[in-house]
Amino acid sequence: MVDAFAPSGPREHLLARAVLYGQLRDFFAARGVLEVETPQLATSFVSDPFIEPIIAKSGEQTLYLQSSPEYAMKRLLAAYGECIYALGKVFRAGERGRRHNPEFTLLEWYRIGFDDRQLMAEVAALITSVLPGTPVHYLSYRQWFMQAFALDPHQAHQAQLQQLAAGLIEIDGSGLDTNAWLDLLVTHILEPQLPTGLTFVYDYPISQAALARIVPDDTGQPVARRFEAFLGGMELANGYWELTDAAEQRRRFEADLATRRARNLPQYPLDENLLAALEQGLPSCAGVALGVDRLLMQMTGASRIAEVLSFDSSRV
Amino acid sequence: MATYSINDFRAGLKVMLDGDPCNIVENEFVKPGKGQAFNRVKLRNLTTGRVWERTFRGSESLDGADVVDREMEYLYTDGEFWHFMDPTTFDQFQADKKVVGDQYKWLREQDKCTVTLYNNAPLAIAPPNHVELEVVETDPGLKGDTAQGGTKPATLTTGAVVKVPLFMNIGDVVRVDTRTGEYLGRAAKE
Repeated sequence: MVDAFAPSGPREHLLARAVLYGQLRDFFAARGVLEVETPQLATSFVSDPFIEPIIAKSGEQTLYLQSSPEYAMKRLLAAYGECIYALGKVFRAGERGRRHNPEFTLLEWYRIGFDDRQLMAEVAALITSVLPGTPVHYLSYRQWFMQAFALDPHQAHQAQLQQLAAGLIEIDGSGLDTNAWLDLLVTHILEPQLPTGLTFVYDYPISQAALARIVPDDTGQPVARRFEAFLGGMELANGYWELTDAAEQRRRFEADLATRRARNLPQYPLDENLLAALEQGLPSCAGVALGVDRLLMQMTGASRIAEVLSFDSSRV
Repeated sequence: MATYSINDFRAGLKVMLDGDPCNIVENEFVKPGKGQAFNRVKLRNLTTGRVWERTFRGSESLDGADVVDREMEYLYTDGEFWHFMDPTTFDQFQADKKVVGDQYKWLREQDKCTVTLYNNAPLAIAPPNHVELEVVETDPGLKGDTAQGGTKPATLTTGAVVKVPLFMNIGDVVRVDTRTGEYLGRAAKE
């Protein structure tokens, strides 16, 4: 019988977290990256169709607990033009599972003058500094699909992906779009087959660009200069060579909102301050967000996120 | 019956899927940071016993299945049906060969069994974990041979065949684990 007040993780994991925070801060201090705090409550929310806010009330005012420090950090980048990082809690409604908790700790950082390739190298340096000896692999999104399925994901149509997935994943596929099929193949088939260690997957399909620049690759195929880092078969970090074009940013916001409308999802206020900051000018930079709890899971051998938290969502 | 949203799925919940009652074995939340949420659910089809994995979208929901486990007393078999009684309500239920399957060989009259009812009809039965049954057929015992290791087949009153030590004789009562079919020991004769 476990006491109802008891923490969800052992004391050694609290200690591992405290040590890791020290290592992370040392890593950035040595590289001249400034730690910043950002608001966790804001009057606007990200446009992502698949991220839902936890909503807070301050008197009559509706505020959104932020799902990432990204927009605030980009405003700081526009204002001061210096490399920054933030280590703190973020919030996403309804995300709960073996690897998810509705509030979790994100490490996000931006490097001025870097592109996504340079930032991947820095992520690898950070991970190998806290997990020495971790093998590091690099794989383009196209290679990933070509090796497993002999299919070019940049050219694949919804029907082809659905047909490919049909023999592999049992699901009612009605109404699933290209991105959903790509994500299903990634999460169900490709992620579990990744080699041990740290794997970077880069050059995403433009339909999954989010806030990354779109640039033609060496075959002339436009790709999103976005990468994901996987550690031990688990999604760990997501990075971009950042979009700096305010008009293009507004178009992507509007496209996200259209997706939300089409799916009957709620609409939240857009961050006009971010758009204003981009209009003033965001320096060319790359940025990445890394799930600290998942990194701790790898460092401690925990199989559930609850084991690296003081109190997971079932205990609060 | 209630309707359950996929996010409420937890091990042990009984739901209807493709017209069959199913037991949720495991539910894993899967969501790429920027992508759509899915649940990879492992289910056991309670009609066929098959365990399989199915992926759902977070927005989906399923109807609950009217499946309950009840403690009942096994009464007798008439050759075609096995008859059970709920000792509190005295309700009687009959289960056919499809429902009873291989478990018939562990059913001893008046033993307490778990009967799984689906829409108030038996769907599956589970005998007690341990039963005591008499040996009706086996090779003659070797007097004084209590050495370790040697076994021989023995047929029990219900027709079950289990491996027993060499010293066991016809008329002896054995204790058996019904989940593995293993001999556990000699029981006192009735």
